[in-house]
Amino acid sequence: MAPTDIIDKLAGIEPGSALDGIRARRLQARENAQKSYLSLFEPIDTGDFSLLERAAVAAFVTGLHGESPVAAFYRDKLAATSGGAALLDAIDAEIARGKTSGPYGSFPAGPLSIENTAGLIFRVSAASKSGLGTRLVAALEHAHLLVFRPRDAASSDMNALLAAGWSNTGIVTFSQLVAFLSFQVRVVSGLRTLAAVNA
Amino acid sequence: MSATVNPPVAFTQDELGWVSWIEPLPEAELTERHFNGLVDRARAKSEYFRLLVRDPEVLEARTKTDKDIFYNVADGLPRAERELAAAATSRYNGCIYCASVHARFASTYSKRREDVQKLLDEGVDADLGERWNAVVKASVALASTPIAFGPENIAELRSAGLDDAEIVDVINGASFFNWANRLMLSLGEPSK
Repeated sequence: MAPTDIIDKLAGIEPGSALDGIRARRLQARENAQKSYLSLFEPIDTGDFSLLERAAVAAFVTGLHGESPVAAFYRDKLAATSGGAALLDAIDAEIARGKTSGPYGSFPAGPLSIENTAGLIFRVSAASKSGLGTRLVAALEHAHLLVFRPRDAASSDMNALLAAGWSNTGIVTFSQLVAFLSFQVRVVSGLRTLAAVNA
Repeated sequence: MSATVNPPVAFTQDELGWVSWIEPLPEAELTERHFNGLVDRARAKSEYFRLLVRDPEVLEARTKTDKDIFYNVADGLPRAERELAAAATSRYNGCIYCASVHARFASTYSKRREDVQKLLDEGVDADLGERWNAVVKASVALASTPIAFGPENIAELRSAGLDDAEIVDVINGASFFNWANRLMLSLGEPSK
């Protein structure tokens, strides 16, 4: 049996369906979206970003997008990861506190300033901090920024991650993970919508 | 590094530079594993790719996803409209660097430079005609969090003449830029 393609699975695309045929015409994109998933969640090196941290950030990021098969998938992944079950309550609580609507944020001062839109600046609650630890607290706060107000990102945010114990390489993989999930959750949503219209 | 940055304050089709906030790998330290991750060896000259190549496996897979979504035009959506989806997503998320690159591509392939500039100047509500409006609106709905893409977007794309394969290209192109924008915006900044 061929390994499960995660986007197909989460979007409910059946082999032989019309959407399966359309996806097959972008075979390299399909295979490499899957390889991206595997290199982020089954990496060859976890030294800079542990599997537990990856699962916790993924559950948080996809949970912030609202209820969906993608959010349920990564919540289950966190529950199944060693040490993950103990983090579920804190992640759920922070998702509930962090949910809002985006994108918002500020542009560089100038003609675009009239488009600046204020919104939630998320900080992990005191109650969740001890269970999550310094690295994950910094990661969730940065992930929230990337999900909802990416245009607010600044060099000081990199310094906050470095100060919390993240390495340069860990920051790159972490950024890829949040950004990849921003892609994956949208492809799944778009394909599910198209499949539902055609059903 | 930041002393040399002259950040643009408006969306533009001009060529911009990009400066990393954290340390890219030095060219001299790149191994075969890194060159595989870069896909194109010439990317070793780019600060952005020498930063992303700190995780070569993810970079390689991401680059190949990108190339197929945007360059595989044997069928599906014309290249200009894939680039329009990328530019609209970048305009909406606020990525001045990505918008500059893909607005330029959209202009090149569509020969509609003034309409592309209107998107940059007026934002995603600019009136660009039925077909482009539908592509921009679908891209914006996908980029919103929570995701606002619904059956009405598909109906609009269809009435503008897109078939399902072309609609999947809009979904792929717009979704991919939610990946790209978040890397460019969070790891460094554009420079004029």
